[in-house]
Amino acid sequence: MSQRPITEDDLHAYVDQALEPERRAEVASYLDEHPEVASRVAAFAKQREQLRGALASIADEPLPAELNLSHIIENRKRRPLRGWGAIAAMLLLGLGGLGGWTMRSVLQENSTGLSALAQEAAYTYGVYAPDHVRPVEIRASDSAEFTKWVSNRLKQPVKVPDLSVAGYRLMGGRLVATSHGPAAMLMYDDNRGDRLVVLTRPMSGRNQDTPMMPQSTGDVAGFAWADGGLGYTLVGQLPTDTLRPIANEIRKQARPI
Amino acid sequence: MKDMLVQVEPLIPALRRYARALMRDRAAADDLVQDCLERAVSRWHQRRDGSVRAWLFTILHNLAVTQFRQTTARGRHMSIDDAGEQELVSAAAQEQRLIYRDVLSRLARLPEEQRAVLLLVAVEDLSYADAAKVLGVPVGTVMSRLSRARERLQQEMDGAGLGNVVALRSLK
Repeated sequence: MSQRPITEDDLHAYVDQALEPERRAEVASYLDEHPEVASRVAAFAKQREQLRGALASIADEPLPAELNLSHIIENRKRRPLRGWGAIAAMLLLGLGGLGGWTMRSVLQENSTGLSALAQEAAYTYGVYAPDHVRPVEIRASDSAEFTKWVSNRLKQPVKVPDLSVAGYRLMGGRLVATSHGPAAMLMYDDNRGDRLVVLTRPMSGRNQDTPMMPQSTGDVAGFAWADGGLGYTLVGQLPTDTLRPIANEIRKQARPI
Repeated sequence: MKDMLVQVEPLIPALRRYARALMRDRAAADDLVQDCLERAVSRWHQRRDGSVRAWLFTILHNLAVTQFRQTTARGRHMSIDDAGEQELVSAAAQEQRLIYRDVLSRLARLPEEQRAVLLLVAVEDLSYADAAKVLGVPVGTVMSRLSRARERLQQEMDGAGLGNVVALRSLK
C-alpha cells in the first residue's frame, strides 16, 4: 500500500472529522505509530469539544422577537426600500401648503451637481438591483452594442470599465431617465451576488470636472465625480471602504485620454 | 420567500452563536444577526448557487468586521477581563462551567482572524472551502490560521497545566 505522506492539514481535518473514511484510517494508523503527534491531535480534539460545549447553549436559547424571520420578511414588504421612503416623505411634504416650500428648497439644493447624480443612481439601484428577472436590458455579452447605443444617446463616448480586479463582473446595462436627461446604467455583481450600479451622464455648466465625493441616500452609498463633462457615480449596499477602491478603478479606466 | 424561510430559519441559532462568540456581547451580537437577516431577505434573489449557510455567515462576518473597525476607530477598547464569558456560558454544571470559561477566555486572547477561523470550522462546522469563502481568503490561509489558532490555544493551556502540576507537587 503506497501512502501519501500525512500533512499538518490532514491532522486538522482529522480533528474536524473532514476526511474521507480511507484517509481517516491512514491518519489513524499513523497516529498509532506516533504517540507524540497523537497527543497533540488529542489536545486539539479536546479544545474543539470544549469550545463546542461552552457555546452550545447559545444556540438553544429561544429567539428574541427581533430575530423572527417571518417578522423581518413582513416588515420588509411594508417598507420596500429606505430610499423610496425618503421620496414618499418628500412628496407628502410637497402636498402640504408650507411643505411645498420645504420640498422646493430640498430639490433646489440637490438638483445640480454630484449629489443629484448620486441620488439618481441610488433610485436606479433601488429599482433595478433587486430585480431578478431583468435587472439589465442589454447583457454584458452585447456590451459593444450597448456602448455604441448609449454613447449616441449621451452624445459622449461612454466607456465600460472592467472591474474584474475587484472581483466584479459586468452583468450588462440599460438607459435610464433622469431629470437631467438620459443616463447610462451599468450593473456589476460578484460571486456573493452583491450588485453595484455605475450611473453616468453628461454634467452641465460648472460641474464638468469635480473631484470624487462620498454620497449616500438611504442605505445605498457610493462615490460620485465628474471628468471632462461626464459625471460618474458608483453605488451599492456595501461599506464605503469597500467601494472607494472600486470607484478609483472606474475613474482610472473611464478618464478621457 | 417560502424557500428562504425554510432554508434560513434553521440557521439563525448558529448565526447567533457565531456573532456572540465574536462580539462577546449579547445585545450587540443580536443586533448584528438582525442586520444580517434583513440583508439576507433583501438580497435573497441575488444569491448565487452554493451553500446558503456559507452565504449567511459571509454577510454576518462582513458586518462584524465593519463593526470591529468602527469600534476601533472610536477608540473603544474591550479588555480581556471585560470579555463577558458570563454572557456566553450559561447552562452548564459548576465544574464544567469553569472549564468552559477558561477555554473562552483563551479564545478571547486569540487575534480576531484566528478566532473567526476556529469558530467557523470547529464550532459551526463549515467546510474549509466555505470558511475560506466567508473570510475572503484562500483555503491555504484558512489552514494556516487554524493551525496557529490551535497551537496558541494549546500553548496557553499547557502553560496553565504546568502551573497545576507544580501546585500538585508542592502539596505532597
